Amino acid sequence: MEYLKNILSLPPIYYTFAILSVLTLFGALGTVMSRNPVHSVIYMIVTFFSLSAHYILLNAQFLAAVNIIVYAGAIMVLFLFVIMFLNMKQEAEEMKKEKIIYTAVITAVILGGILIIFLRRAEREPVNPLTYNSQSGMIEVLGRSLYGEYLLPFELISILLLVAMAGAVMLGKREAGERHF
Amino acid sequence: MLSDFGIVLLALIFAAVALMLVFGISWLLRPKKPTIEKLTTYESGEDPIGNANIRFNIRFYVVALIFILFDVELVFLFPWATVFGNKEFIEQTNGQWGWFTLVEMVIFIVVLALGLAYVWAKGHLEWVKPEIKASKFKGKVPMSMYENVNKKYEEL
Amino acid sequence: MNGFIQWANETMFLWKALIIIVIFAITLGIAAYSTWAERKVAGYIQDRPGPNRAGWGGLLQPLADAGKMFFKEDFIPAQADKWLFILGPCLSMLTALMSSAVVPFGDAFIIGGKAVTVQAIEINIGILYVFGVVSLGVYGVMIGGWASNNKFSLLGAIRAASQNISYELAMGMSIIAILMMTGSLSLRTIVEQQHGFNWNIFYQPLGCLIFIVCAFAECNRTPFDLPECETELVGGYHTEYSSMKLGFYLFAEYINMFASSAVTACLFFGGYNYPGMDWVQAQLVGAFGQTVGQNIATFIGIGSMFTKILFGIFFFMWVRWTVPRFRYDQLMNLGWKGLIPLAVGNMIITAVAMLSGYKLAGIWIGLAVLILIISIFWALRPRKEAAVLGA
Repeated sequence: MEYLKNILSLPPIYYTFAILSVLTLFGALGTVMSRNPVHSVIYMIVTFFSLSAHYILLNAQFLAAVNIIVYAGAIMVLFLFVIMFLNMKQEAEEMKKEKIIYTAVITAVILGGILIIFLRRAEREPVNPLTYNSQSGMIEVLGRSLYGEYLLPFELISILLLVAMAGAVMLGKREAGERHF
Repeated sequence: MLSDFGIVLLALIFAAVALMLVFGISWLLRPKKPTIEKLTTYESGEDPIGNANIRFNIRFYVVALIFILFDVELVFLFPWATVFGNKEFIEQTNGQWGWFTLVEMVIFIVVLALGLAYVWAKGHLEWVKPEIKASKFKGKVPMSMYENVNKKYEEL
Repeated sequence: MNGFIQWANETMFLWKALIIIVIFAITLGIAAYSTWAERKVAGYIQDRPGPNRAGWGGLLQPLADAGKMFFKEDFIPAQADKWLFILGPCLSMLTALMSSAVVPFGDAFIIGGKAVTVQAIEINIGILYVFGVVSLGVYGVMIGGWASNNKFSLLGAIRAASQNISYELAMGMSIIAILMMTGSLSLRTIVEQQHGFNWNIFYQPLGCLIFIVCAFAECNRTPFDLPECETELVGGYHTEYSSMKLGFYLFAEYINMFASSAVTACLFFGGYNYPGMDWVQAQLVGAFGQTVGQNIATFIGIGSMFTKILFGIFFFMWVRWTVPRFRYDQLMNLGWKGLIPLAVGNMIITAVAMLSGYKLAGIWIGLAVLILIISIFWALRPRKEAAVLGA
């Protein structure tokens, strides 16, 4: 009973966090478990949305918006294209093979175990309310440190994107005279 | 701060409720008499052949890939645009902040513009154009007659 | 419970809820009457009366249409993916509605000593919110088109997705030129900085042009209506849809028109600002006292905002009945080879003009130089032998 009382007296932000986490897990499980790849994409969009809401809870508004614009808005469109390309309306046969399922489960359990162990051992620095800067997630602060302190990584990103673009061109390369429609 | 985003959630809930209401009302009102013919896929009146698992041009995929890269670039431009003209920073650095960030961003954009130029030169932005061919058809009516008719109406 | 009441008081929760409902109602009402106005405008442009039977001047036509949508049979093709088929139009409508909620329609009303702003969602990343909602708008069309399991629908959906993502880039870059001048992502701040007649259109003529073209493409309006291009794809992505679901798709287009007109008005045409607003407000406050005068001035501001929005919607219709549809290669060329380089050029011109200290003159001189360079290149471009038709 004591435990229950403690739960009831939590501030509303904890409830928000709990609900959002459940939603995130629901979306993630749906992504993995649904048979239809397009359904998976939609569950994944749900996951991205709830992750964005988590970012907002952490006062990182810009990151939340970017998560939606880039992941939910751009990358998932590409995923949908790929699924439409791959002709996957029939259930993929090899997904039913038991071997793959067992391997996946064992890998996931090991990975999850490692993550939990390390997170429990990690040293967490408690937030000091006196020195905490509530503006740290805001776009102005981000812009200032990105274009002042972290200049080199920022410029390197452009090279990375250029390389990725060259890769995209190579993927779309076609033989001479071939025509798709 | 957080409550502003609570309002976003509220608006989302209101919009969803409004949609469900409209759907519910129309579900109650409309007739439901499906037949096999009604439920077939529309293919201009013919019996549908196969399903819609058609292949389409790979260019759509390449364009989507390139779009993602430029979208990421755009995301980096947003924080830049907000701090670029910041008077406080410019005063602190005797006006150097603006030119410094501008040069940074120009380098960033030029590298990506190289990518766009590469994609452009490789022809991934070219789409299939209809070929306009001169018709080989020769009618029995000589061209001069058409010209005469045109002239007649031009004079009017 | 006490915490909730306190929170509701602090954030003016009930006022916000009321404002959201009112804004949704106005959005839907204007969208409904846009369908009437579209047919009326089309009629007058083509020298015919347009709808004139249902009510005076056909004013009850939208209600009749809504009634028709409610009573039509709704069938889901046997081959379709049922849930996605329903989800498609709902998503379309939801994203359309959400984008209109963030627009500041007016200054603040003073009610009981508190300032209540005429804006549903006030977040300081308003522009990013709009951009995010726009980027999600493509899902409604794409999912609906795929779920129909119809070749026409699929082609329409793919075209829509490709077109929307292509024009999103140029749109974002034209927004960035605005952000460089305002230094804020909040729509309200951007509007407040255009106080009086200091509108952004004078600083960003090219940006405004690019933004409007992209807004047309994002709304799938003519000349960019290839996703539903009826001469090639029957009904495009909504070929298989009927009844209320079709209604949602059609309605979402009109809501998007309304929302994009509103955002354009906020970004470039001063939102609720109008020339001489300070003078009008001073007169009203002098005549009616602080509270009432302020509220009347806010009303006039809202009026000016809606005038701009309605003109924007009229402009959408005007273009629809004037400009023919693009071919797909022309559309992609315009987006990737025309608007994106132009938008980048506009950004750099704006940056240099701002740093030089002469903002207005710098931008116009920069644009003149840009036009000069483009015209020189255009004159010197390699020409191909044009095929002669019918010779």
